[in-house]
Amino acid sequence: MSLFLQMFPAALVMATPIIIAALGGLFSERSGIFNIALEGIMLVGAFATAASTILLGDTFGSLSPWIGLLIGALFGCLYSSIHAFVCIRLNADQTISGVALNMLSTGLTVYLCQLIFLGQRSPNFPFNISKISVPVLSDIPILGEMFFKEVYPTFLIAVALVLLVYFLMYKTRFGLRLRSCGEFPQASASMGINVAKMRYIGVLTSGALGGFAGGIMLLTTNIQFSVGVIHGVGFISLACLIFGKWNPFGCLLTGVFFGFSQILSSYSGSIPGLSSLPSEFFYSIPYVLTIIALILFAKRSVGPKAAGQIYDTGKR
Amino acid sequence: MQQNSQALKISLISVALGIILGIIILVISGYNPMALLDAMLRGLMGVTTSTMTQFNLRNTGEFIVSSLPIILTGLSVAFAFKTGLFNIGAEGQVMVGACASICVAILVPLPGFLHALVAVLAGALAGAIWGFIPGYLKSKFKVHEVVVCIMLNYFGMYLSNYILKGLPGSSISKTVMIPESASLSSDFLSSITNHSRLNWGIIFVAIAIFLYWFILNKTSFGFSLRATGFNSDAAEYAGMKVKRNIIYSMMIAGAMAGLAGAIIALGTFNMGRVLNAFENYGFDGISVAFVGAFNAIGILLAGLLFGLLKVMAPLMQSAGIPKEINDIISAGIVLFVAMQYGIVLLLAKFKRKKKKKPDQSISSMSESRGEQV
Repeated sequence: MSLFLQMFPAALVMATPIIIAALGGLFSERSGIFNIALEGIMLVGAFATAASTILLGDTFGSLSPWIGLLIGALFGCLYSSIHAFVCIRLNADQTISGVALNMLSTGLTVYLCQLIFLGQRSPNFPFNISKISVPVLSDIPILGEMFFKEVYPTFLIAVALVLLVYFLMYKTRFGLRLRSCGEFPQASASMGINVAKMRYIGVLTSGALGGFAGGIMLLTTNIQFSVGVIHGVGFISLACLIFGKWNPFGCLLTGVFFGFSQILSSYSGSIPGLSSLPSEFFYSIPYVLTIIALILFAKRSVGPKAAGQIYDTGKR
Repeated sequence: MQQNSQALKISLISVALGIILGIIILVISGYNPMALLDAMLRGLMGVTTSTMTQFNLRNTGEFIVSSLPIILTGLSVAFAFKTGLFNIGAEGQVMVGACASICVAILVPLPGFLHALVAVLAGALAGAIWGFIPGYLKSKFKVHEVVVCIMLNYFGMYLSNYILKGLPGSSISKTVMIPESASLSSDFLSSITNHSRLNWGIIFVAIAIFLYWFILNKTSFGFSLRATGFNSDAAEYAGMKVKRNIIYSMMIAGAMAGLAGAIIALGTFNMGRVLNAFENYGFDGISVAFVGAFNAIGILLAGLLFGLLKVMAPLMQSAGIPKEINDIISAGIVLFVAMQYGIVLLLAKFKRKKKKKPDQSISSMSESRGEQV
């Protein structure tokens, strides 16, 4: 049990960017645009966060990581606007656009890194996000230790975002409209909804959340920027989105679970029964589970129906 | 025919725009864009415009070596795409292909030529199995193949790493060198290209290009595959086995990507490598397939182009320019190909201005798009 409690904060660190990026994916896919560019968006967000944290460190001091995160979100949003424009305005295949943006992100960020910091890696961050303990709540036995003691405030932000996204998506008119564009855009258009506008909102929000997640991933798991900082978490969050059935709360639970699977390999040595399993086994869990989940969900339609299809106004 | 010329036009414009993008970025960041041309020439044959470096066939050999696997993954992606499937899983298929061929090379003792052949076929078979999974899930459960492929990429990487590390004599990052009997290295090819790593893999690539063209254009099986890609409902109605086609198409695509993995492992490196991250052979294949407009010769040329961009990277770095400019150029090219609808609109506008005649290119474009999507 004590080991479990010890692992929990580490799992939450990994879970935070997964959850937030998955929420980004949710926005995009619910509006009907398949977004596999998340990985690249996260990398761009991470680089923007790294650069601004380092460059603004002198002026803003310990506030700089937070400003960095906002700038990361902004750049994620800007970067995703390419995806939005290409997919929505130019009717491009959404997968190929996403692939291109993922490729572009590694080239672009490392190129800029070499220009700005004269190396493949950035210098170390002068300031980091510090862990906090929430007063009162952290005194709750077990639960307090799991969620509120010595955690990064970013996890609490992720939980808040989950609640916010749930409210937006399922309790407001805007959410209903956005979701309708992902299910049957032709019908939405006939009801006077501007499908293109809704999808722009979806993809740009997705970009902002993805960039934010990338920044968090960078600041909480690394001390500097390099091309490998995201190493597939964007794709894990896509998996998380599917496993969480395109639902914010599903994403939250799945994100924590996948966060666990990411760190389990470093703790497995001290867990009886798991110590003989190779680390590759734990790394594979999210991917294999997602495939299984896809098979199980296949009979029921859980995902947005129109996601990934090019919007053809004439189609019925 | 008109569709072909339209596709060619789009590819050429995209390549040009990608290179222009690269030049603009180089100029903005204060580098001399001539370095790009220098690196290109040097990658091709060892000469440059400025300094008196000698003509060197070794560069040519290495350039072809780097093109071989991405031509194969390009064929793989394109083959699936002709059946209406997006094989984004070539990356994983390459890795399991490499892993399987290394296993055969190290564990199964066979005489000379046969050893290499069996090892290569094992790689192709492993790739085919990795392609079978998304194909089967798509036809049986209607699960989107893109998502399954992405997941299988990572699973393939971790699985191959685990297996490769477990082979006798492996270190944490690589296996032992494979026995000479299983190697595709060729003294002959190496010697005519001044000791490059050019190897017999080139023959398998040639066969694959031929098969791609032959299966899709000259057999009734290929016709039914393409019909499935055009309109699977119509194909089903015409009595074609759409579900079977989806599975076969993904398996053939997987086999081609697995072949790429085998060639990389047995020809280029002569050992299995434990990878921490993707090497992007599969993703480059997507670029190659799209830029090559799903045409066998087009894919060959696009593969050579992206292979050249690959070998240019270290040359750019040695000229003091961040080598990632090549990634930016290749990603830019793909992005411009993805934007082809925009390019066609621009072309049409341009034409209209020149001729002041109602244009046909948009309608012909929608036909060629219909074929691809």
